[in-house]
Amino acid sequence: MSKRAVPEINAGSMADIAFLLLIFFLVTTTMDVDTGIIRKLPPPVENNQENVDVKERNVMKILVNSRDQLLINGERGDIRMLKDKVKDFMALHPNNPKYPEIKEKYIEELGKKVPLSKGVISLKNDRGTSYGMYIKVQNELARAFNEMKDEKSLQLYGVKYNQLVDEKKIKIINKLVPVPISEAEPENVGGE
Amino acid sequence: MARIKKKIKKEVGAINTSSLPDIIFMLLFFFMVTTTMRETSPKVKTKVPEATEIQKLEKKSLVSYILIGPPINVRVYGNNARIQLDDQFATVKDIGEFVARERQARSENDRNKITISLKVDESTKMGIVTDVKQELRKAGALKISYSARKAKKNIDE
Repeated sequence: MSKRAVPEINAGSMADIAFLLLIFFLVTTTMDVDTGIIRKLPPPVENNQENVDVKERNVMKILVNSRDQLLINGERGDIRMLKDKVKDFMALHPNNPKYPEIKEKYIEELGKKVPLSKGVISLKNDRGTSYGMYIKVQNELARAFNEMKDEKSLQLYGVKYNQLVDEKKIKIINKLVPVPISEAEPENVGGE
Repeated sequence: MARIKKKIKKEVGAINTSSLPDIIFMLLFFFMVTTTMRETSPKVKTKVPEATEIQKLEKKSLVSYILIGPPINVRVYGNNARIQLDDQFATVKDIGEFVARERQARSENDRNKITISLKVDESTKMGIVTDVKQELRKAGALKISYSARKAKKNIDE
């Protein structure tokens, strides 16, 4: 074949063609990462062990009705106040019957007992609540607890929580600042 | 081009560029292979809400998506929020099966590490989302992520 003196195809532009394809793929490759609020669902419960008694003062009830209005412990509330209310609620207030009780918990990593709030955040929403509002509430709750973690971390180690590298320190902070959010089964709380 | 010619004139041996295409092709193939073209075409509109406390989902291969929102094709499917699994509409009852299928597709070690990312339109009512969550609980897929965009500022600023 080559003896027939077919002129050699110039392959010099091959690189350009390949480059063009390469750039096409580089541009179309979407490196978008999915982001979101990560939560752990409670495992399914058996019907007989449902009601765990929690004292009234230990629970902060957050209700969202179908018109996206907020009720915090029986009072009309605003989403902007939620974070500070949660932080105030979860902070330690010894000998104040309006705030949750305090328990001493032994933390292995620290080797001593530490006072922790017994407070629980109970979140309940209507079936008609909009998802956008629900995420707003979840986000504010997450923000409250993240700020508390930051504060604790600054106090103990001098850096913010997300700058901690040591696994053990992260574990300690997570134990010192638990995230006790309980989600009630939704029902029609009304507000048509 | 001009530079190459100049070099030839100067009698300095030209660099052999005949393997350049091969190198570029190698890069090309790398990108072709890593580009996941598995984009399922969305049938429902999912404009996810904004939030500030979001985390990146590590390990994309362990994430399964459930889309909930109003259908894009309103004229055919109406206005009510629907669930989309993989490439088709589904009902709440299909969730269990979907989770089982997604588990099956992963390797033995990863089956319990699956994260379900809920891409839900912000206008959706919580009723359907809660039903899905209950089904996920029953199916044992407990790690979920409420997909959200990064908000520019906090709500009280």
